[in-house]
Amino acid sequence: MRVLLRNPRREITIDGRRRVHALLNELGLSREAHLVIRNGELVPGDGELNADDEIEIRPVISGG
Amino acid sequence: MKCRTCRNPAIIDLPRHNANFCAEHLLQLCRRQVEKAIHDHQMFEPTDHLLVAVSGGKDSLAVWDILRELGYRTTGLYIALGIGEYSHESQTFAEDFAARRGLPLVIESLRDDHGFDVPTAARATGRVPCSACGMSKRHIFDRVARDGGYDAVVTGHNLDDEAAVLFGNALRWDVEYLARQLPLLPARGGFPRKAKPLVRLTERETAAWCIVRGIDYIVDECPMAAGNKHLAYKQALNLIEEESPGAKATYYLGFLERMAPLLSGSSARRADELASCVRCGSPTGAEVATDGSTVCAFCRLSEKARGHEPVPVEMLMSKSARRAAAKEARG
Repeated sequence: MRVLLRNPRREITIDGRRRVHALLNELGLSREAHLVIRNGELVPGDGELNADDEIEIRPVISGG
Repeated sequence: MKCRTCRNPAIIDLPRHNANFCAEHLLQLCRRQVEKAIHDHQMFEPTDHLLVAVSGGKDSLAVWDILRELGYRTTGLYIALGIGEYSHESQTFAEDFAARRGLPLVIESLRDDHGFDVPTAARATGRVPCSACGMSKRHIFDRVARDGGYDAVVTGHNLDDEAAVLFGNALRWDVEYLARQLPLLPARGGFPRKAKPLVRLTERETAAWCIVRGIDYIVDECPMAAGNKHLAYKQALNLIEEESPGAKATYYLGFLERMAPLLSGSSARRADELASCVRCGSPTGAEVATDGSTVCAFCRLSEKARGHEPVPVEMLMSKSARRAAAKEARG
């Protein structure tokens, strides 16, 4: 799957299927500080991401 | 994963509530938390005209959206801070939000209206950029609210913001700051009432509100904020939250319920201790000079900054932020 990451903006490719929580753990990202979006919709922690999905992992922490 | 309320498929898991929610019931939860904050802290009267400070980010656009939905009369205030492309982009998000909903938006520019910007003010005064920025914004919020006759200034500070500030204040045992870290500051001595209706929502929840509601906001972090202590405190609290869901809410809301009442009276200067700035007329707690005059902190900052050559954003970014920006530019 293609994964868009932010701050800084970059794209990575992950092989195979994953659950959202597993993907965040694999990338070392806090569940409390990120949301996962597929086709403009939120995917919950146990949501299954398919190998051909395009997703965004959006950080929610702001520093101001 | 099913919604706790309706058993339809959930779109988000919220460990602090030990529950999952569908889109409809996530919005209901957010709305109810904001209504509870407004009610518990007696923030507004139904007829109040609210000045909503908007940055183009998720929190300020979410609070504007929720207050509008709840039927409040609102006007947005966007301050162009002169932080390069970040400011241009964030202004576009604020303007688009207001235009699509037919909401009034006041725009004030530090560079055009005051002759300086945040990077220049930071360099000219030796302050960290977030300090120069925060002080400038607070001054302008107050003045626009006063001049426009608004009943209150509303900001989008959320539970994570407040918990992180509380953590920082407690690390220093800064009693005066702790005493005034409240969701509602009443009007006093020429300062307007200030309210934070999102204090019961985490930033994961305000971001989810925006995504579900189709609100576009600036996702990129302010290039001046990278590496600041506030972010480090948030990361530390999120580590605790993951081990102990609900810890942030217990920490901050427990402070409001059990600690803040013990600190009342240690708060900022009384209204009769405030003077008027001889430059701009704003109320100020600044010390009176030997000639009997008082100049507020914003006027002192702007006098130094206006006389300084404009400073580009890149000169003040941390090395890591510059590397990240260069990497992003290369694609």
